[in-house]
Amino acid sequence: MTILTDPPRESFRLSMLLYDTRYRSVTMQVIALAVLVFAFWYLGSNVGTNLREQGLDISFDFLGNPAGYDINQTLIPYTSQSTNLQAAWVGIINTLLVAFLACITATVLGVLAGVLRLSKNWLVRKLMSVYVEIFRNIPLLIWILIIFTIMTVSMPAPNAFRGETPSSTMFMDAFAFTNRGVYIPAPIWGPGSMVVVATFIASIIGVFAYRRYATKLLFDTGRLLPMLWPSFAIFFVPTILMFFVMGSPIGLDYPELKGFNFKGGIQIGAPLIALWFALSVYTGAFIAENVRAGIQAVSRGQSEAAAALGLRSGRVMSLVVLPQALRVIIPPLISQYLNITKNSSLAILVGYADITGTLGGITLNQTGRAIECVVLLMAFYLTISLTISMVMNVYNNATKLKER
Amino acid sequence: MSDKHAQSVAFVRETALPPLDPPMAASGPVLWMRTNLFATWANALLTIAAVYVIFLIVSATFPWMINGVWNTDSLKECRDVLEGATGGCFSVLTERWNQLLFGFTYPSESYWRPSLATLLLFVAAAPVLFFDLPRKLLLFTAVYPFLAYWLIWGGTILVPILAMIGFVAGYYVYSHFLKKSFAAGFFGGIAAAIVVWYIGGLFIPEGASDNAMLSAVPSRDLGGFMLNMMLGVTCVSLSVPIGIALALGRQSSLPVVKWICVVFIEFIRGVPLITLLFVANVMLGYLFPPESSVDLFLRVVIMITMFSSAYIAEVIRGGLAALPKGQYEAGDSLGLDYAQSMRLIVLPQALKISIPGIVNIAVGLFKDTTLVSVISLFDIIGMIRGPILASTDWGGIYWELFMFAGVLFFVVCYGISQYSQWLERRLATDHR
Repeated sequence: MTILTDPPRESFRLSMLLYDTRYRSVTMQVIALAVLVFAFWYLGSNVGTNLREQGLDISFDFLGNPAGYDINQTLIPYTSQSTNLQAAWVGIINTLLVAFLACITATVLGVLAGVLRLSKNWLVRKLMSVYVEIFRNIPLLIWILIIFTIMTVSMPAPNAFRGETPSSTMFMDAFAFTNRGVYIPAPIWGPGSMVVVATFIASIIGVFAYRRYATKLLFDTGRLLPMLWPSFAIFFVPTILMFFVMGSPIGLDYPELKGFNFKGGIQIGAPLIALWFALSVYTGAFIAENVRAGIQAVSRGQSEAAAALGLRSGRVMSLVVLPQALRVIIPPLISQYLNITKNSSLAILVGYADITGTLGGITLNQTGRAIECVVLLMAFYLTISLTISMVMNVYNNATKLKER
Repeated sequence: MSDKHAQSVAFVRETALPPLDPPMAASGPVLWMRTNLFATWANALLTIAAVYVIFLIVSATFPWMINGVWNTDSLKECRDVLEGATGGCFSVLTERWNQLLFGFTYPSESYWRPSLATLLLFVAAAPVLFFDLPRKLLLFTAVYPFLAYWLIWGGTILVPILAMIGFVAGYYVYSHFLKKSFAAGFFGGIAAAIVVWYIGGLFIPEGASDNAMLSAVPSRDLGGFMLNMMLGVTCVSLSVPIGIALALGRQSSLPVVKWICVVFIEFIRGVPLITLLFVANVMLGYLFPPESSVDLFLRVVIMITMFSSAYIAEVIRGGLAALPKGQYEAGDSLGLDYAQSMRLIVLPQALKISIPGIVNIAVGLFKDTTLVSVISLFDIIGMIRGPILASTDWGGIYWELFMFAGVLFFVVCYGISQYSQWLERRLATDHR
């Protein structure tokens, strides 16, 4: 007869901290934490000593002081007497503006180039490969500088538009391309214009509602409603009707040559255009590759099956291939949007007043508040990228393959 | 068998005719053009549009390239030679090539040193890139960083030699303790290297660089495309091991280690490189002890390495995640510990999966080294924007310079991406 006894209780030895898997993970983490705390303490104490030696302190008071510099491109009211904080806001809005514009144009360009790279036409295919390879393999910085050079050196000066026989003329009497930027007509908001705008917004919502309804009807009953022309009709007709009903409340303010420069209209400065176009063509090349990969990722059997069911090639694309390709395309597309936003910080090279130019550039240099400015700058970009990645996660979860 | 003899029938042919060529429309260039260029009306229109685009590009650039002037001393002279005709003024390249490549303060009698270092780079990289070459060549790869450092910066040879001895000592201790425990070997190796460097540092005499074989060149004299190359090569090669460590840390089951890595990676990936360069330029000085003065080149290397290692970590994490779970379990069932199973089973496969991604990051990083011109380091873009365009001789000349820089980057980046595609085909072990 055997008696079960507990195994002899092993006494704890110090070496077990390293060799016993029960304790090792704890040891490792304690070491990691200690190293981290030490590193922070060390860096923090260095910062403290350095600041004390130079008679500085950490304070964000400078944000409330007048900035004392002008910004050429602002979307919100700003003068040189505004505070540094307001300058930072101008920068933030300018960053978001150029990022938004570049995202749209880069997507259009990228989708076009990506689809054309899969074209049956040999010449077009090769041309698009050349575009993609050239733009992907040369730094964005060089593209920005090249486009800025085109804008500022090759475009005519405003005074070329003067005189009886000017050497340059305005495009359609409304657009002027000069070396200071492009002048376009500005809308004038008359009384009742808000009604038109509201109608426009409502019709956008209407388009989405209609498309959703059509999809639901298709899934429930199999009836396919026309998509394209009703969408266009809902999009345009109510707004145009309302525009005339309200008595054309929205007018246009055309740019005109007065004195040495154009007056009126909206000026899109050369730096903004250089940045916008360079970001678009550069990121467009990357998006083209994503689009191509996404379309190629849909297995050929899918489109063959759709063809076997008798679908026409347009329907094969819109009902079978694209929905599956989008699942592959959209996540990298969103990281490209993130890249555009981050790359817009190159604005500092061409003097576009984005957040890096105002807060990280002039304000930093004028106040000497290096640590505070850089920390705020990083916090801004971090907020943006965390927001975008959150959106991406939500999207990924919504569209991921639901397997049973 | 037929009853009639062949010779009795007058019209039977005795020899076989050679096959005719297919009709023109079904073969050769005509068929190719019909299927590839003019398949449908829309396709034909696209072709015509594409030809027009190509015509526009060629007609704009061809005369400019052909009429190019290569041997004048200033833009004004160049314009006199051209007499109003379209033509590039490539003399800026022939006159300023040294500044574009080496920066404007690197001593011109020492240009052979970075050039030699670049040549040797190919020798050193060859065994890493093409593994059919004899493995003995890797020894030169190991020596190369120290040799390149000595060639480019010059000064006393004792410093690189001491650094090398430290690494050798560290490696010796590491391989000695490795059988017992990975952790002991790893930390022992680091400790041994540090001890060697500290003790050896005491023996290097003050002012040893003054009469050295190669005259010392301070970091601030480095510039031009050489600076881009140096930053690119250094930061990529440093960031791969750090990236691996971060990726493993992020996958780790230890919550503290995991969260440190996650926060680091997300933080670095969330901010643009320019802000990190600002940190290197204006803020890193505050983080180091007051008496130390770390030069700007080193600070930039630190920040760019941090930047790229965060991205590489994400790529490798993808590779680790793509590996079937059975591979991890196989390591466990063989009784390997964490370090062994990672080193022998998991990482070799995960790295193979992540090669295209790593190369993408490397190409992107190499392009991003141009950003250092923002913090007034004179890389090739800094040289163009600064000293060359500001000079009275060459102010107002843009296309030739930008084109030159673009071509340099294109050649390097396109080469790297072609290599990675070759490597992908080469490493493809799945038989599909």
